[in-house]
This record gives sequence, structure tokens and C-alpha cells, in this order.
Amino acid sequence: MADNDNVSGVEIQLDHVTKRYSGSREPAVKDVTMTIPAGKIVILVGPSGCGKTTTMRMINRLIEPTSGTITIGGEDALRLNADELRRKIGYAIQQAGLFPHFTVAQNIAVVPGLLGWDRKRIEQRVDEMMDLVGLDPAQFRTRYPRQLSGGQQQRVGVARALAADPPVLLMDEPFGAVDPITRGNLQDELLRLQTDLRKTIVFVTHDFDEAVKLGDKIAVLGEASTIMQYDTPEAILANPANDTVAGFVGAGASLKQLTLLRVRDVNYNDDALTAVSEDTSPAQLRSRMTEAGKTYALVLDGRRRPQRWVHVRDLSTAASLAAVGRPVGDLVSTQSTLQDALEAILAEGGNAVVTGTRGEYVGTIDIRTVTDTIQQIREEHETGSAAS
Amino acid sequence: MTTTTDVTGFSTESGSRRADRMRLFAQPAAVVVIVGLVLAWAFSRDNDEIEAQSIQAGVLLTKTWEHLVITAVVAAMVVGIAVPLGMLLTRTWARPAAPAFIGIANIGQAAPVLGVLVLFFLWTEWEGLWAAALPIAFYSLLPVLRNTITGIESVDPALVDAGRGIGMSSSGVLLRIELPLAIPLILAGLRTSLVLAVGTATLAFFVNGGGLGELIDTGYKLNRVPVLVVGAVLAVGLALLVDWIGAVLEEYLGPKGLS
Repeated sequence: MADNDNVSGVEIQLDHVTKRYSGSREPAVKDVTMTIPAGKIVILVGPSGCGKTTTMRMINRLIEPTSGTITIGGEDALRLNADELRRKIGYAIQQAGLFPHFTVAQNIAVVPGLLGWDRKRIEQRVDEMMDLVGLDPAQFRTRYPRQLSGGQQQRVGVARALAADPPVLLMDEPFGAVDPITRGNLQDELLRLQTDLRKTIVFVTHDFDEAVKLGDKIAVLGEASTIMQYDTPEAILANPANDTVAGFVGAGASLKQLTLLRVRDVNYNDDALTAVSEDTSPAQLRSRMTEAGKTYALVLDGRRRPQRWVHVRDLSTAASLAAVGRPVGDLVSTQSTLQDALEAILAEGGNAVVTGTRGEYVGTIDIRTVTDTIQQIREEHETGSAAS
Repeated sequence: MTTTTDVTGFSTESGSRRADRMRLFAQPAAVVVIVGLVLAWAFSRDNDEIEAQSIQAGVLLTKTWEHLVITAVVAAMVVGIAVPLGMLLTRTWARPAAPAFIGIANIGQAAPVLGVLVLFFLWTEWEGLWAAALPIAFYSLLPVLRNTITGIESVDPALVDAGRGIGMSSSGVLLRIELPLAIPLILAGLRTSLVLAVGTATLAFFVNGGGLGELIDTGYKLNRVPVLVVGAVLAVGLALLVDWIGAVLEEYLGPKGLS
């Protein structure tokens, strides 16, 4: 990314980190080395019991590594006082882990309180955090966690984790216990927060779709936390490192790939024949169409917004362009994902119209564009992995 | 609006809450009425000389006061010993010792309190308040100790994890999370302990500890039924009042936000 100066997160480095519990021969986490870049969301994903949570909990030393080093922002985490270290690392867990006998405000205020902030600053910060996660302070400040819905509790959990403005945030399946719709909203909101906050977030989940949606990078972990693949979601979807990763990615990798791409990133067509209804007569358009050898043209309104598709046959009888042809149905914007575009293409029967930010016509997209893009990404990642 | 409130009013939870509140008022009222009636009867009847020696305001007040002091000392000792001990025994490093302490407290409760009282007297040759209070405290320690341990252990481990994970020290988690959440159980244990203590404090007169037991003893030995009845009714009334105080404490001292 170009705007690296806004990043408030710091880099985390795990170097040959191993955790061995006494009494078990196999280590729970075996020799993990990875770099978590500053200001990125890195997802640790893997089957239950693979040691992904253990790996994460070693970063804030809720679990002490048996060997290896962990540095956070250049500092050796193992040399710091563990309690003080944790106050500088946000921590959000499944079902929020809110203290039931504390009000929402008291829950959010815990870490600032531990850091010795004065009361006024804490109060301000609590309100600010509640605004940030979309809870009205006046309404929710004095409520107890049991009086909130699961999604609201989770928001308070995130607010509590962020209250002392830590550079690093650890999230252990934070959205695992809420319904799918709320989960989707919370995920969107985390992404929205992250565009402003730019923390370093380590996020543990077993849901690969969640990983694809949230992750800047995904580490797919196998037994004892062995890293099977550590790459961008696009790269993992396009070219899984091995069969296990492929199995974990699951069916429909190409469809998931489509959710990661935006229409603006692909080469859509912009050669459709267009005409503005007000200043073109049917006869004029008809002659332009025969000249260009096209059977269809797109009629736009005065502000160049797409209105209707017309067939050359329709024009011989029409008096004006205002009412001929078939109205344009689903539109896609340049911001839409390719998945949305594909949906529109299928609904429209071959071609979907692409509009710009003000709804003006910028081009069309068809199934060929989509398949070509997927093909191209696959080839890129294949040659990329062959080269490395 | 009225219909909805009525519907919630029928749910079992608020129903039992309503019953609790009723008891909160009814219990002390009943105690006052019964004790008042018995005292009125005892004072108004034709008492002989021996009876009159016991049934007089000064004596009854002293004995009741002695009884209350024994109970209060026992309560203080039980809270002062059992709660910290219970907290200690839930720490990871001390957990293996918990069964031993529970075992000792079990012996204290299982042994007949009169036996413990007399043995303690024979061993120390003490008399008076402390000779009574110490064995009675030992006898009524178990409910609080066991409930403190159970209460702390039943706190959701995810909350302890969350507390540690956001940077609370282990003693911070104990004092701000685990102990407050264990308070309802600890208070329930204390209520049981106190009722036991009030009951067993009637035996304090064996070691010259005073209390309402003396009236019962006098009435029994000298065959004066009114004295015996007054002593017994006062002891029962006191036990019910202490139980009521326990209920009030449970109602108002427990952590908020749990219901």
C-alpha cells in the first residue's frame, strides 16, 4: 500500500516458536516462523485442534512459548512484564467475554483504568469507542451485558479491545457465536474500522469464507500449527499449495475468487454502441449501427445513464428513441464485486451494463470477461509459484 | 401494556421473585408477632419466685445480647477464615490442597458440636465467650468454605481468560471478577452458617459462654416450663431473624447485572 504513514499497527515476528506441554510427546505448536506485517489483517485458519489459538495466545503470552522468540514492533515480547504487555495488545474472544457484573461503560473502561488514565479521559474514550462500534452511548452506557443482543455484546467486546488504542489486536473467533446475518454485519464493520485504524490484527477462525473476506493475508495451518500456505486470499484461492489446503478452501474456489475482485480491476468492454435519446433520431442511430455492424445499441438519457437496449429491427418503426427496445435491468457499478457482476450477467442474459460513480455508462461486462480474468489470475499465480 | 406486564407476571421467575419479596417482609413480622405473644403470656401469668428470677426484662435482654455476640463473633470468624481460605484454595498452585481442607471442615461439621465444645474446653481449659465461639465457628465453617470454592470455580473460565487477556493481574481478576461473581453463593453459605451458629450457640452455657441456652437449661433442670419456652422461642426467633438478614444481604449485596 502506498499510504503506509497512517498505519498505527506494528509488525509481529514469530521466530521458531514452539509450544510443548509437559506430558505430551508431540508439541502443540511446532517451530512456527512467520511475519505479520504492520497494519494488516492476518488470518490464522485451520481445522479445530490445529494449534491456531495456541499460536495466537503465545503472542500476548496467555500461553508461554517453550522455545523461540516473538517480537512485537521490534521489542522482545518475552522480556516484558506479561500483564503490561497485554494492556498494549487488544484481545477479543468468542462470545465477547464481557464481565456480566460490569456495565458496558465499565467493561470498555477496564484497560484504560489499568493504565491509570484519569477519569475524564476514560469517560471520553468510552463514549468515543461506543460511537466507533455503532452503539449510542446515552442508551447503552449503563446497560449490563445480559441486556444486550449477541451482536451488541460483540461490538462492546471489540470496543473494549480497542479502548486503549493498542497497536495490535488479537481476535479469537470473535464472530463465531452470532447468527450469519449479524456476523456479516460485524465483519463489514471490522473492515470499515480497519480502513481508519490500520491496526495489526491477528484473527483466528476455522471459517475459510470469513478468512477470505477479512484477510489481507491468510495462513492456512495444519497439525501443530505447521504453516501449509501463507499468502493473500487471491493466491490461495487461485493456487492452493497442496491437497489439504485445497480441501480446506473447499468447493467453489473460483466463485470465492469472484468476491475478491472488483469490476474496476478487470478489463470490461467499452465498445458498445451508445446513443443519447434526446439528440439522436431512430434513423440516425440505425445508420450508425449498420455502419458499425452492430445489432444492438444502448440508449442513454441526458446524463448518460443507461436506459434501454434497442435492436436494429426496432428502429424502422420507432418515432423516437424514448420508448423503443427493452429496459436495462440489473446494473453493476465499477465498485461491484465480480460475483455481483456475474449475477447481473446471468440475469440480463449475456451482457451487463457497467456504470460509474454517478451512475453514468462506462462499459459492459460479459461472461468472457469473467472467465478470462479467472484464467489470467490462475496463470499469474502458477508462474509466480514456479518462479519462487 | 397491561396485558404484557401481566403475562410476564405469570412467568415462574418473577413469580418466585415475588414470593421472595413477600418472605422478606413476612418473616420478620411473623417473628415479632410470635415472640411478642409468648413474652406477653410469660410476663402476664402468675410467676413463682424462681420463674420471676429468669423472666424479667434485664435477664432476657442480657441473655439475648450474649447470644447475639456469640453469633456475631462466629460470623466474623467464619467470614474471616473461610472466605480467604476458599479464595486461596482456588489458586492453581493450591488446588491440590483443597480436598484436605474441605475434609477437615467436614469433620468439624460432622462431629457433634457438643463433643467439640467439651473437648475444646478440656484441651484449653478456657471458659466464656471464646471457649464457645471457636468450636462453634469450626462447626459452621464448612458451608462458607465450600461455597466460596464452588462459587469461584463456577465462574466462566472465558471471563478469567478475558480478564487476563486484556491485562488484569491474577489478583486483579480474583478481586474484580471471580470474587464478585461468587458473592451470591458465598452469602448463601454464610446464611446457612449463621443459622447453624445461632442454633449451636444455645450450647455455649456448657462452657460458661452465656446465651439463651441458659434459660432453656434453667427451665429444664428446675422444671419451669415458662422459662424453657421463653428461652426456646427467643432462640428460634433469633435464628429466623438471622436467616432473614442473610436473605436481605443476598438480595442487595449480590453483583448487579446478573438477572
